Amino acid sequence: MTQTSLFTADARTTKRNRAEKRFKAYGLTAISIGVFMLVYLLYTILSSGLGAFFQTRVTMDIPLVQEEIIKAEKGLLKTKAYKKIIANALYAELAEAGIETTMKEKELLGIISGRAPAELRSFVQENPDQIGTTVEFKLLAGSFIDGYMKGRVVRENAERSKNYSIAQLDLVDQMQKAGILKKGFNLAFITGNDASESSPEAAGFGPAILGSLAMMIVVAGCAVTLGVAASIFLEEFAPQNRFTDIIEVNISNLAAVPSIVFGILGLSVFINYLGPISGDDWIKNNSAFVGGMVLTLMTLPTVIIATRASLKAVPPSIRDAALGLGASKLQTVFHHVLPLAAPGILTGSIIGLAQALGESAPLLLIGLVLAQGASAPDSIAEFFAGPNTAMPAQIYQWSTRADPAFYERAWGGIIILLVFLLTMNILAVILRRRFERRW
Amino acid sequence: MSLLNLLLLILVVAALGYFIGRSRALKSAKGDQAALHSRPHHYGWNVAIFASLPALLVMVAFVLLQALVVPNSVLKEISPELIESTGSRSLVMTQVQTISNGLEAAVENGLIAEENIATLDVQTADVRALIQEAGVVLGADVNAEMLESAKTLKDRVKKWSFIRNILIVVISLAGLIYAIIRTNKDFRARNVVENSIIALLVAAASIAIFTTIGIVLSMTFETLRFFELYPASQYFFGTQWAANFRGGSALGVLPLLWGTLYISLIALAVAVPIGLFAAIYLSEYASPLMRSVAKPTLEVLAGIPTIVYGLFALTTFGPFLLGLFGKGGALGVEWMADGRSVLTAGIVMGIMLIPFVSSLSDDIINSVPQAMRDGSYGLGATQSETVRQVILPAALPGVVGAILLAASRAIGETMIVVMGAGATAAIFYESPDRFINPFEIMTTITTRIVAQLTGDGAFNSPETLVAFALGLTLFCLTLMLNVYALYIVRKYQERYV
Repeated sequence: MTQTSLFTADARTTKRNRAEKRFKAYGLTAISIGVFMLVYLLYTILSSGLGAFFQTRVTMDIPLVQEEIIKAEKGLLKTKAYKKIIANALYAELAEAGIETTMKEKELLGIISGRAPAELRSFVQENPDQIGTTVEFKLLAGSFIDGYMKGRVVRENAERSKNYSIAQLDLVDQMQKAGILKKGFNLAFITGNDASESSPEAAGFGPAILGSLAMMIVVAGCAVTLGVAASIFLEEFAPQNRFTDIIEVNISNLAAVPSIVFGILGLSVFINYLGPISGDDWIKNNSAFVGGMVLTLMTLPTVIIATRASLKAVPPSIRDAALGLGASKLQTVFHHVLPLAAPGILTGSIIGLAQALGESAPLLLIGLVLAQGASAPDSIAEFFAGPNTAMPAQIYQWSTRADPAFYERAWGGIIILLVFLLTMNILAVILRRRFERRW
Repeated sequence: MSLLNLLLLILVVAALGYFIGRSRALKSAKGDQAALHSRPHHYGWNVAIFASLPALLVMVAFVLLQALVVPNSVLKEISPELIESTGSRSLVMTQVQTISNGLEAAVENGLIAEENIATLDVQTADVRALIQEAGVVLGADVNAEMLESAKTLKDRVKKWSFIRNILIVVISLAGLIYAIIRTNKDFRARNVVENSIIALLVAAASIAIFTTIGIVLSMTFETLRFFELYPASQYFFGTQWAANFRGGSALGVLPLLWGTLYISLIALAVAVPIGLFAAIYLSEYASPLMRSVAKPTLEVLAGIPTIVYGLFALTTFGPFLLGLFGKGGALGVEWMADGRSVLTAGIVMGIMLIPFVSSLSDDIINSVPQAMRDGSYGLGATQSETVRQVILPAALPGVVGAILLAASRAIGETMIVVMGAGATAAIFYESPDRFINPFEIMTTITTRIVAQLTGDGAFNSPETLVAFALGLTLFCLTLMLNVYALYIVRKYQERYV
């Protein structure tokens, strides 16, 4: 070694320094990949799902002529006659806007959703007093036209497609210019019922949101009560013995059991065993009650672990003070320790609920899905005990349907689901920040 | 009186008991609270508990007993011919039960008078239509013997319910009176109340044990039934999976196990390097500010529901890979025929697992004592040399534990593989392509559990029951991994605390 100055690094030192830099770069890359994937995932969710909140509709005045409606109701295929009414109204609307078209009725109606005639008919039946007047309707456009407006359907494929034609797309462009056809906010996606396989444009998420709500009520009731009771015993009363050890081991193992196993448990215990015993059929396999019970068992370890941590954080001096003043052990816990630990317990419970809300695998096993197009249960009893569905289950249903237009719905459903999860998590953070006490 | 009304009655009696107990205690102390052993409300609760708890316990026991005894007693009287013609005993029993429920509902809805049921006959009346009208749907037609059995069942249930109601009301009132008699100012009501509450707490804590027992028992029973219909050796060592709901299936677990492990392996190959390097950077290099931002950000990946990852694999990542490796793809190779593949599911699952590896490893690296770092720096090592040669070897057992926990998550993950990995099982003999190629569709244990249980097979067919055997396999596999991982992590934590 000839070099002696400490100011210039020798070959070995530069090599080691380079290795150091490389190592650091690996770490930074790893974090960047993780963060990038998160951002990309969020971008995918938003870019694919926001479309579901907007829907193309055709605005037109439909004259509800009494004779036509009476004739329509007499016919065998009632919606066919209503189709005719819509087609005539649309021709008139186009003529009024100065758009010339030679399109045949069938092709013209292809622009409108297949659900429109039924929609018109139910309007007429609900508002018989409107017959004889002209009413402005905002009818749903068909799924492919909607896709064209959102960029999912492109002109280049029109020749090969049986579902839409160039002529239709040209007409749609003209209608859009004339203001007859517009894309607007789609409240029906949030509140409406799911639709059949053939009309993705009408599918809504409403029953799924309500179903998840029903299940969350069950989970909040059962998991929090049971979880808090179990934690109080383990943290405050449990003697150091075998029984306590077995419980502890069980809880930590249950926390890591795959969720699908809880689905199998629910299927065999609640449905195949308790179902027949209950005699009457309030334990239906696709009811919110059974779903909630399965999710309760699944989230119990989460709630217990969080509750125990917050009970542990209450300093012993509080207990000593209460005991010293003559309170019993139970009074100490219920009057002093529990209120002080409440914010932590609440936070843990909300996180447990959020976990249950996003879980799908066990719900698939116990069949928590409604028939296509079914509405949410209409009585409280049916709400908990009748067939129901949940947000993740509905999203999965949509993802299995043949028409890719349902993917947009599925992503839209995910946005709603994530909004709920985000709200719950933010609530948990706020509660923790606001009420957390440092001893 | 229905079960619900009975429950309400007990609660009313208990509430009444609360006020009687409280006022009686105060009266015995001549209104002086200080003369009582316990607070007045303790005396009230004491009476309420005695009036309700024993009655409730007997009620639960009675309902369970009734459900076991009554249907069986009816079943014994059913002729073997009927069982033969319907298929199985449980099928007959389900139908009889349904008819009986339907008759009950018909009476409730006023479709038929209670006393006319005894003379109801299949020849003269359409029983099925009657039941249908009452809102109970029946799969098959009603024959004479079934109707008779249903009537007997209905009568016996009625008789038992009558006995049950009397018994429970008597027990509730007896408890009430006993507790009221015991109530006076020297009675230690608080101790009784508190012990009962602690008993309830113990019961709540035992749910964890019951859940585990429930999981193991329910799956074991169904698995044993499966092995009666399908040889166990063929399940465990069968190299072919071809489930067919029409029968004649090959239900070997090995192809599924291979698919599960292969996808998990790819997921770990993604998650372990990224997670580990992220953990090292966060614990050794990152500034406190960066740490406080990057760590929660990465953890969001673990909080996203798996259905989101599943849909991401199905609609975004699968087509992306297909665009690279598929026919006419950007790379000009034709390796992929479908968006769903081992690689699609594996990589997406790997992204989900990054925070599992990084968070736990971060904790473990942080718990390596600072003295070890200082010693290494003092000898002239650079930071990366310290990490590689001192910290990682010291943290290795804990890191392995973290990886094993992530592996157990990967094996049990359902939605990502259901939506991203496809439904065809690996085939061992045809060509290496069908079980080595990561661009091929390959199905897993969890995927098949969902498919077999949501498929339209009869519940007693081996094709459906195999799901329970698969579930038990999955449960054992993940349990072993978890127990071992927790053991390693705990042992490691003890060493440095």
